[in-house]
This record gives sequence, C-alpha cells and structure tokens, in this order.
Amino acid sequence: MNAIECEGLTLALGGRDILHRITLAVAAREFVGVLGPNGAGKTTLMRAILGLLAPREGQLRVLGRPAARGNRAVGYMPQARGEQGLHLRGWDFVAAAGGPRWGLPWRGAAERAAVDRALALVDATALARRPLAALSGGERQRLLLAQALLGEPRLLLLDEPLISLDPHRQAEVVALVRQVQQSLGIAVLFSAHEINPLLGAMDRVLYLGAGKAAIGPVAEVITGPVLSELYATPIEVLQVRGRFFVMSGGQDMEHAAHRHEHAHTHGGTP
Amino acid sequence: MFEYDFMRHAFAAAAIVGVLGGVVGWFLVLRAQTFAGHALGHIGFAGATGAALIGIAPLWGLVGMTLAGGVAIGLLGERLAQRDVAIGIVLAFALGLGLLFLHFYTAYASETTALLFGNLLGVDRHTVWLLAGLGAVSLGGMALIARPLLFASLQPELAAARGVNPRLVSVLFLAVAAIATAESAEIVGVLLVFALLVGPAAAAQRLTPRIGAGVALAAGLAVAEGWAGLAAAYVTDWPSTFWIATFSAGVYLLTGLATGLAPRR
Ligand SMILES: Nc1ncnc2c1ncn2[C@@H]1O[C@H](COP(=O)(O)OP(=O)(O)OP(=O)(O)O)[C@@H](O)[C@H]1O
Ligand SMILES: [Mg+2]
Repeated sequence: MNAIECEGLTLALGGRDILHRITLAVAAREFVGVLGPNGAGKTTLMRAILGLLAPREGQLRVLGRPAARGNRAVGYMPQARGEQGLHLRGWDFVAAAGGPRWGLPWRGAAERAAVDRALALVDATALARRPLAALSGGERQRLLLAQALLGEPRLLLLDEPLISLDPHRQAEVVALVRQVQQSLGIAVLFSAHEINPLLGAMDRVLYLGAGKAAIGPVAEVITGPVLSELYATPIEVLQVRGRFFVMSGGQDMEHAAHRHEHAHTHGGTP
Repeated sequence: MFEYDFMRHAFAAAAIVGVLGGVVGWFLVLRAQTFAGHALGHIGFAGATGAALIGIAPLWGLVGMTLAGGVAIGLLGERLAQRDVAIGIVLAFALGLGLLFLHFYTAYASETTALLFGNLLGVDRHTVWLLAGLGAVSLGGMALIARPLLFASLQPELAAARGVNPRLVSVLFLAVAAIATAESAEIVGVLLVFALLVGPAAAAQRLTPRIGAGVALAAGLAVAEGWAGLAAAYVTDWPSTFWIATFSAGVYLLTGLATGLAPRR
C-alpha cells in the first residue's frame, strides 16, 4: 500500500489553484524531499494530506484511505512553530500533543512511556528536561520531531525542519530523520528550500512549481529540461562537486529563496 | 479578625476566586490572551451597570456580559482573539456604555467605586454561595477542556490535524475565562482583574516549567495574595483591592528578580 496517492489533484486557496491536477504516489517506506520556491504549495500539499484542506478536484488517498483529519498514522511537524509556552519543560511540551481527547491532561503510564520512546528515538531524553527557552533552534527541532513521532505514525510530514539551522545542524537533522525513517520503516515527506542537504538521504525528490509537480530520482528531476518545463522558463542546473545549483537567468534560485527565509525567521525569534 | 461574618465571607470569596482565577489565568498567559481577559472585565462593567439600571443583581449582569463577550471573542477566531486593537476599541466602547447606564441609574458613587475597584469586604453569604457555584461549574469546564486546550495552545496546526476543534476549544475556554473575569471583578473590580487573573499566573510561569505544578502554583499564589491582602486591609484599614494589587505586583517582581539572579543554564 502506498503512503500517498494523488490523482488529478487540485488544491485551491482563496479561489486560486495552488496545485493543479497533479498525479503522484509515494511508497510506504520512502523518504521524499519536497522542494520548490516560496509559495510553491509545499505546506498546502501537507495540509491537504492531513485533511486540513479539502481537494478542489481529484483524489487524495493517504495510507489507503481518503485524506481525513484525526488520522493518528500521520505525524506532522508544522512550518509555523508556536511561540507560546517557551518557559515550559521540553517533556511537557512534547507530551501536550498526546491526542485530541477531552479531559484533564494527566498522562498515564502508557502515555508517558510513549513520550519517552519518541524522545529516545531522536536522542532528546536529556534535552527534554530543560525548558524550551533554554534550547537552541536545532535542539528544539529535535523535540518537534519527537512530537511528530508520537502515536507511531507510518507517514511523517516534516515542513521545513531545516529553517534557521546552520549547514552543520542541517546535516545532523537530515541524518537523524533518515535514521528514524529507516529504523521505523515509515514514509517521510521532508520539505526544504535547498536540495543539497537532502541529497544523501532522500530516495526521490518531489519538485513543486507553477502549480505543477515533478517526482522522481534526483538525477531525473533536478535537470535543466524538467525544471524548465515545470517553470515554463529556461532553467539551468549546475553540478559542482556533487552539489546542485539551480539557476534561472544567471541567479541561483534556491539560495535566493533561502536567504529570504532567513530574514523571516530571525525577525520572529525572540 | 475571623469573629466577623464579613471577614469570613471575604476569606471564602478570595479563596474561591483565587483558585479559579489562578487556573484560568495560567492558560490566559500561556495563550497570550491576557488582554482579552482585561477587556472582558470592562465589557462586564457595562453589564453590571446595565443590570443595576433594570434592577437585577450586578453580578448577574457582569457574568452575562462577560460570557457573551468571551464567546464572541472566541467565535471571531484565534487570530482576532489576540488582536489588541479590535479588543481595545470594544473595551473603550463598553466602558463608555457603562458610563451611560450609570448616568441614567444615577447610582451612589460608592456602588460605582465597588464595581470599578471591587468590594471584597461587602461580599455577603449569598454572594459567596453564588461565587462557589459559578466557580465549581467553571473549574468543571476547565477539567473538561484542559487537555485539548493545552494541545491547541502549544501546537495549533498539529492539534487541528489530530482532530481537535481549535475554534470550539477556544470558545469554551473564553466562556470559562469570562466567568473567572466576572468573579475576579467582584473581588478586585473590573479595572484590576489583572491582579488576580494574570499576576499570580505570570509569576507561577516564571517559577516552574512544569504544567501541573504551574497551574497549582498560580492558584495557590492567587489565594495567598487575596488572603494576605485581606489581612493587610484589616490591619491598616486601607482598601483590600490596593493590598491585593500590591501583593500581586510584588510577587511578580520578586519572581522576576529571583529568576533573573538564578544562574543561567
Ligand atoms: N488564504 C489564502 N488565499 C489565497 N492564497 C493563499 C492563501 N494562503 C496561502 N495562499 C497562497 O498559497 C500559495 C502556497 O502556499 P504554501 O504555504 O503552500 O507555499 P510553500 O511552498 O509552503 O511556501 P514556503 O516555502 O514559503 O513555505 C502561496 O502562493 C500563498 O500565497
Ligand atoms: Mg511552507
């Protein structure tokens, strides 16, 4: 059974098509990097997979069933990270995402064990004893990953986990996700602005742009002809010492987008 | 001082409102919605004066209006609930409306003062029971929504994906917050609800990073500050509201100093 199946899927926001009639499938144990410039629809696609946005047309099946809210088998790390509760202990923060039940937030033995397991998976057991405010961006990222792993998902959606991390930490997070993905045997969608940090880890790449999608092995998708067709504008792909540079009109597209994103996140963090 | 009925009533009222205010306040601070709590007090002022004008007990007017206001803010949505401008404008309008009702009511100045600044020593037996009943219902409500509320406050997108209805949780919480605001206003007045609702909760958040301990500490501090304020008012014959506000601010500042001086991790 595939983790995700889209058929002629159109996603619209405010009457505008963000993704138009895309068709693709992600296999059960696959690590797929989701790339594309700002506004390409990476977040929108993930929200649709979670059932937070209904398709305008077409089919969207998640783990064999139509996408719907409340699916415990789908873990999610949102791009918009809350600014609330920074004084709270990491453990309490992670555990808060236990489930949608009503009642008091007492955590029973089983629930506590599940939180501890998720923390151990990402090697954050010690970190979780500190308040969030006393953690670095990369350390907080690990707690968010643990939170996404609660409920033992078979599909993990990670929206821009590399934002505001330096290259060294980026490589750490990617390696960690890859290792967790393989040891649990789950599917991962991992969105990012730059392809290079993901190169060694991902099985295939999903490139979104101009409402369309291209999925396949890196060598087949990140090429001048494919991206040029996706954007309907001439695009060159340079490869230097194993790293990719996607150029449009002499400008490096990914790095331009990345810088932009940096300006944003630094403005928002206290 | 416990030989007087009014003192016993005042201590009981301060305990009831302290527990409710501390618990609700902890979540208001967590959600950065304290200004909404402040505004609810002012909206309640219009309700209380309006109720007096048509001859019902001001507490019912207070509760009725804050409840309507809380549900309205909740329905307007998470983003708007944190939008200070819109809330501030409604707040000013509500105070103006309250003034108009007072103008027609031609009330004694002392009743106006009691509404604005509270009248803990004037709480009678009947009011204590009313506060206890409303407090029990509100705490029951909190016990029901605490878990999804915490989830939706810390990770709104993830909570929605997991099946929490953030809008519903927000409306229910603001309804409870409205009752807590009305009860606090009965003790320290609509102008000073921050002293009971926010002061102890903010201090508690500085003192402990744990959720359960934080909520319990907020309630404990609110009760302690209320009681200390009463005792100080008894000894000095100054207004209890002054003392409660002073202790609330004092504890908040002290916790700031204490955590500021503590060695950095
Ligand atoms: N409510 C809305 N109405 C209309 N358009 C919207 C709405 N919300 C978002 N959009 C548009 O949807 C497009 C896709 O947004 P999305 O957040 O999915 O992009 P993204 O690929 O995640 O971008 P980023 O890299 O910046 O995170 C954007 O162009 C955005 O302007
Ligand atoms: Mg996005």
